Amino acid sequence: MSAPRDTGRRQALVASLLGRASLWQSADARARRLGHGRTEDAADAARMADDYRLLAHDLARVRVLLPDSRTREYLESAYARAHATLHRGAWRPGNALLELLATELPAVVRWLRPYIVWSTVLFALTVLAGYALVHRYPELIALFASPDLIASVERGQLWTQGILNIVPSSVLSVQILANNIVVTLFAYCAGFLFGLGTLYILGLNGLMLGAVYAFVSLHGLRGPLLAFIVPHGCVELSVMCLAGAAGAAVGEALIRPGHASRIESFRVAALASGRLLVACAVLLAGAGLIEGYVSPDPRFPLWARITIGVGYWLVMVALLSGRLLRRAALTPVAGGAAPRTRQTPRARAAPAAPIPPGRRGA
Amino acid sequence: MSGSARDLSVDSVTGIDVSLAIAGPGARSYAFLIDWHIRVLLALGWFVFAALIYNGRLSLGVPDNPHGRWFALVLLPAAAVYFLYHWVLELALRGRTPGKRLAGVHIVARDGGAATAGALLTRNVFRLIDCLPLCYGVGLIAVMLTREHLRVGDMAAGTLLVYERDAPLPVAVRGSLDPAGMEIVGELLERWTTLESAARVRLARRVLARYAGAASDTPDGDEAALRARLERLAGP
Repeated sequence: MSAPRDTGRRQALVASLLGRASLWQSADARARRLGHGRTEDAADAARMADDYRLLAHDLARVRVLLPDSRTREYLESAYARAHATLHRGAWRPGNALLELLATELPAVVRWLRPYIVWSTVLFALTVLAGYALVHRYPELIALFASPDLIASVERGQLWTQGILNIVPSSVLSVQILANNIVVTLFAYCAGFLFGLGTLYILGLNGLMLGAVYAFVSLHGLRGPLLAFIVPHGCVELSVMCLAGAAGAAVGEALIRPGHASRIESFRVAALASGRLLVACAVLLAGAGLIEGYVSPDPRFPLWARITIGVGYWLVMVALLSGRLLRRAALTPVAGGAAPRTRQTPRARAAPAAPIPPGRRGA
Repeated sequence: MSGSARDLSVDSVTGIDVSLAIAGPGARSYAFLIDWHIRVLLALGWFVFAALIYNGRLSLGVPDNPHGRWFALVLLPAAAVYFLYHWVLELALRGRTPGKRLAGVHIVARDGGAATAGALLTRNVFRLIDCLPLCYGVGLIAVMLTREHLRVGDMAAGTLLVYERDAPLPVAVRGSLDPAGMEIVGELLERWTTLESAARVRLARRVLARYAGAASDTPDGDEAALRARLERLAGP
C-alpha cells in the first residue's frame, strides 16, 4: 500500500511544482531584462531577489524529484542567470576609474613599496654594470646596441638628431608609446615565470641603458644624450621599475604562496598589482607624447627640458600617492550617488590594502 | 566551491549551489578562431578601404614619404582593431565577444557573477604569456592540463569560461498539462500494465484527446505508440 501512496504523493509534488512554470518564466524574463540593465524601476529590481529564492527553492526540489529531466536543465540555466544578474556590479566606468586612481592605487603602491625599492636597486645596479662594462671594454657595445646606432655615435652624432625630419612627432609618439607599453606589460607578465622573467627584462634594459650611456660618453656626447633623455626618461624609467615591482610581486606569490594555494596566491597578487599597470599606461602615454614632441626637438633649451622632466615626475609621484585625485574622489558625484565599486561579501571582509601573498604566513 | 571535471558548483546565499558548465579546449579554440577571423577581416578591411581612399587610386602601397595622416588614418585604426579587439569587446559586452557568443560561452568570475573590469583587463594582459611561443601554445597546454580548463590569464584574473545555459522550458510544462492532467497521465502510465488492452487504449485516447489534441493519428492497435505519446506528454 505504501508504494502507490508514495508514487501518488510524488506525482502530486511534481504536478504542483510544474504548475509554477509560469513563475519560472517570469523570473527568467526579469533576470534577462535586468541582466541587460533594462529597468529604471527599483521595485522590479527588488523582485529579482524573490525570484532568486523561488528558483533556488524549486530547483532544489526538481533536483530530487526530476534529476535527469529537461525541467531541471531549464531551472539550472534560469537559476544561474538569476545568480549572475544578482551578483553583477554596477557599471560606472568613470567612477570606477576615479576610485582606482584615487584610492586603490595608493594602497597598491604602499603594498608594493619593498618591491619598488628592490627593483629600482636592481635596475640601478645593472645600469652601473652596463656602464662599467662598456667603459672598460668599448667593443662590447655590439652586444647591446644596433650597428646603425654605433655608426651614428662614432660619426659624432646622436641617433636622435634629425629624427623629426624623418618621422613626424605624432607617429613617433605612438610608436614609442606602443613599444613602452609592450615592454612594461612584459615586465609584469614575465613575473609568472617565478619572477625570473621580470628580473631578466629589468636587468637587460638596465644593462642596455648603462652600456649605451657609457659608449656615448666615450665619444663626448653625454650632454646631448642627457638633454634628450631628461624630459621623458624620469617617468619612463620609473614606470619600468614599477612594472618590475608588480612582476616581482607576482613572482613571489608563486614562490612563496603562504597559506593559500599557489594559484590562489598568484591570482590575488596579479589582480592587486595589475592595478598599477593602469597608472603605468596613463603615465607612459604622457611620456610618449613628450618623447615625440619635446625630447628630439632642438628648440627646447636644457632648463625647459629639466622642468618638464622633473615636473612630470612629480605629477607621477602625486598620482601614485593619491594626492593628485584625492579631492576629486571625495567630491560627491552629480545626483548624490557616491562612487562605488562592486564588492562581494568576501571582498568587503578583506582589508583595504592587499596583503603580500608571500608574507601571510609570517 | 567545488567541482567536477566539467561542472563547477558555486556556493550561493540560498544554500542551493549554482552549477556552471565549464568550457573545454574545443569550445575555447572555436571561439578564439571565430574572433581571430573577425578581427583580421575588420583590420584588413579598414586598411584596404582607408589606403584606397588615401592613395586616390587602385593601390595599397605605402606612400614614398608617409606623413602623420597616413599612420593616423590608415595604419593606426587597423592596428587598434586587431590588438584591442578582445580588450574593448570583453569590457563592453561584459565578458562576451562575437566568437564567444557563437561558441555559446562567456567569461564569469569565480563566484558565478560577471567578471569585473579589472579582471577582464588582467586576463587580457596575460595573453602575452599565453600566446608564447606561438599559436597560444602556453595557453592551450594550460587549458588542457588544468582541471577547470584555465589559461594563465584566467588563473591571474580569477575568471572562468563557461557555457551559456539556455535550455528551453519543456513543452509539457509550458501549459499543455495542468497539475491535474499531470496526475491523470502519471496514474494511467502507472496502471498501464494492470489494465486490459481495450481499456488502456480507450483511456489513453481520451486523455490524449483532452490534453494533446486529437489522438486519431495513432492507429487503434498501436499501444506502444499511444504509451510513447503519453510519456512525451508527461515527461518533463
